[in-house]
Amino acid sequence: MTVTEDQGPDLAALEADFDRTVAAEGRVEPRDWMPEGYRKTLIRQIAQHAHSEIIGMQPEGNWILRAPSLRRKAILLAKVQDEAGHGLYLYSATETLGVDRGELTEKLIDSKQKYSSIFNYPTLTFADIGVIGWLVDGAAIVNQVPLCRSSYGPYARAMVRICKEESFHQRQGFELLQTLMAGTDAQREMVQDAVDRWWWPSLMMFGPADGDSPNTQQSMAWRIKRHTNDELRQRYVDMTVPQAEALGVTLPDPELRWNDEREAHDFGDIDWDEFMQVVKGAGPCNAQRLASRRAAHENGQWVRDAATAYAAKQAARASEGAMSA
Amino acid sequence: MDTHSPHPGHDENVYDALSTADDDGRWAFGTGFDAGDAEITAPAPEGVDRADVATYCLMLADDALIASQRLAGWTAKAPELEEEVALANIALDLLGQARVLLSRAGHLGAAEPYRVGPQDDEDVLTYFRDDRAFRNVTLAETDLGDFGRTIAWILVFAAWRLALMQRLTGSRDPVLAAVAGKAVKELTYHRDYAAQWVLRLGDGTELSHARMQAGLDGVWPHVEELFLAHDVERRLVEAGVAVDPAELRGDVDAVVAQVLPAATLTRPETPAVGLVGGRGGRDGVHTEALGGVLALMQSLARAHPGATW
Repeated sequence: MTVTEDQGPDLAALEADFDRTVAAEGRVEPRDWMPEGYRKTLIRQIAQHAHSEIIGMQPEGNWILRAPSLRRKAILLAKVQDEAGHGLYLYSATETLGVDRGELTEKLIDSKQKYSSIFNYPTLTFADIGVIGWLVDGAAIVNQVPLCRSSYGPYARAMVRICKEESFHQRQGFELLQTLMAGTDAQREMVQDAVDRWWWPSLMMFGPADGDSPNTQQSMAWRIKRHTNDELRQRYVDMTVPQAEALGVTLPDPELRWNDEREAHDFGDIDWDEFMQVVKGAGPCNAQRLASRRAAHENGQWVRDAATAYAAKQAARASEGAMSA
Repeated sequence: MDTHSPHPGHDENVYDALSTADDDGRWAFGTGFDAGDAEITAPAPEGVDRADVATYCLMLADDALIASQRLAGWTAKAPELEEEVALANIALDLLGQARVLLSRAGHLGAAEPYRVGPQDDEDVLTYFRDDRAFRNVTLAETDLGDFGRTIAWILVFAAWRLALMQRLTGSRDPVLAAVAGKAVKELTYHRDYAAQWVLRLGDGTELSHARMQAGLDGVWPHVEELFLAHDVERRLVEAGVAVDPAELRGDVDAVVAQVLPAATLTRPETPAVGLVGGRGGRDGVHTEALGGVLALMQSLARAHPGATW
């Protein structure tokens, strides 16, 4: 197990060693010494990411049973399954930091830990499935690609795999939208309506503006995070604008335009009141998402109990067998 | 690690590598078309009625399609993440089987009476047929209930379909034989997954034992129908294309006889559900459950009959 901070005289040496590893772009591994603050920050960030994968299954799952072609049904079902898989790797990464999945799930359903606020918006049409792939997964990739170089080894490795699958999902989302834009008037209207609803929330996925982001500086010093929220948000906007043009949709921001001087797009002000409201639990679907997660967890308790009881019986039988042999 | 190991200061390169990685194989995930695409267009075996083969493909397709739809209802509701992944796997396997069989049925002419727009055969048959034209056994459409009942349902359905597909690998129809070859591997996993959970739940806690037994009792009334042969099946058995459902009883009984006692459960004695004037799911006479399943599944596609997606 990891040596803790109160272990006496070598603390300064351990800390210096940790600082050197991080500064040299090395990887911190589970058995290495790490500051408590580093461990807590990682647990908070990875758990929040894991919870986001699991809660994110709900808005997309909303359309699996109604998917309008079998190909789209297979793609969506496989995508939502991938999200369950991402949740599994990420909860496993937190286990290397000394917390288990059950504990984190309890914190999620008791609202003691957060998940990405984007999933507190409803999926109202099938075009939302395409827009989630394009914009929400697109924003997630911009956030997550730098995390493939996170200083904590298990997290960085999980992110490499997750980013590959996310980029695949993004392409599928974009391809769905291209198909709908080449389809009927009703399908094109559906896409524009979905873009209108998801664009601003997708910009909020990068978190508060740099001046209002209390954790960013420490996380960057620890090489857990690589770029500020605003840097990533800008990168996302610059990447997405030409994609929107290719698709033939309008991003709902009259102030969005290329700035020659900055060599970047200017864009309008984000409604931070709405952001804070959703973060604090008053978004369109917060209560519904948590109630649904809680119901699944509680309805599954008897199944998990049975698996534990059965494993204990099997172990007892094996040791009885070994003794009588 | 892998070939995408990132280097400091090269985020953009990492992103490029991720977004241009050759994932093309995964576009076909769950479609099941990778092995048998060319064969979909094979003619029906000589001397065999084309419409019969089409109907038989629909029977086996509808079993898988409706079962997959039911299983997909577990999304985001499973007792543990591992079960979330496993149930989705089973649903995807069955959906893949259904898609090849529906395309085969369509190639043999089954989609034409239902065509209203530009959709592929598999979607015409899925979204624009009414419940009386669905040929699945009623087990496939029953409510999955709690996890215990779902596990009982998977055990019975997979044991039965596995026995069927094992025999169907020898079919004179090349598409049926190819589908069966792939399905055998998939269904073996489904059966074993369910059997392991039957053991855990049956021999777990008092509560899980009771729920597992109740789940078995609940699905049992739909088991008898699995062994009834329809006239189309009888004719195709003669022609060496189809499997006689009556032959499958022994295999299903053997699985049940092996798993239930080990799980401290008893074989249910609940009576079989009655047929309607001698007709059941294979004749298009279903339980009340199917109408609800189809209403949800078909709603969006039917709201846009001229659209493809």
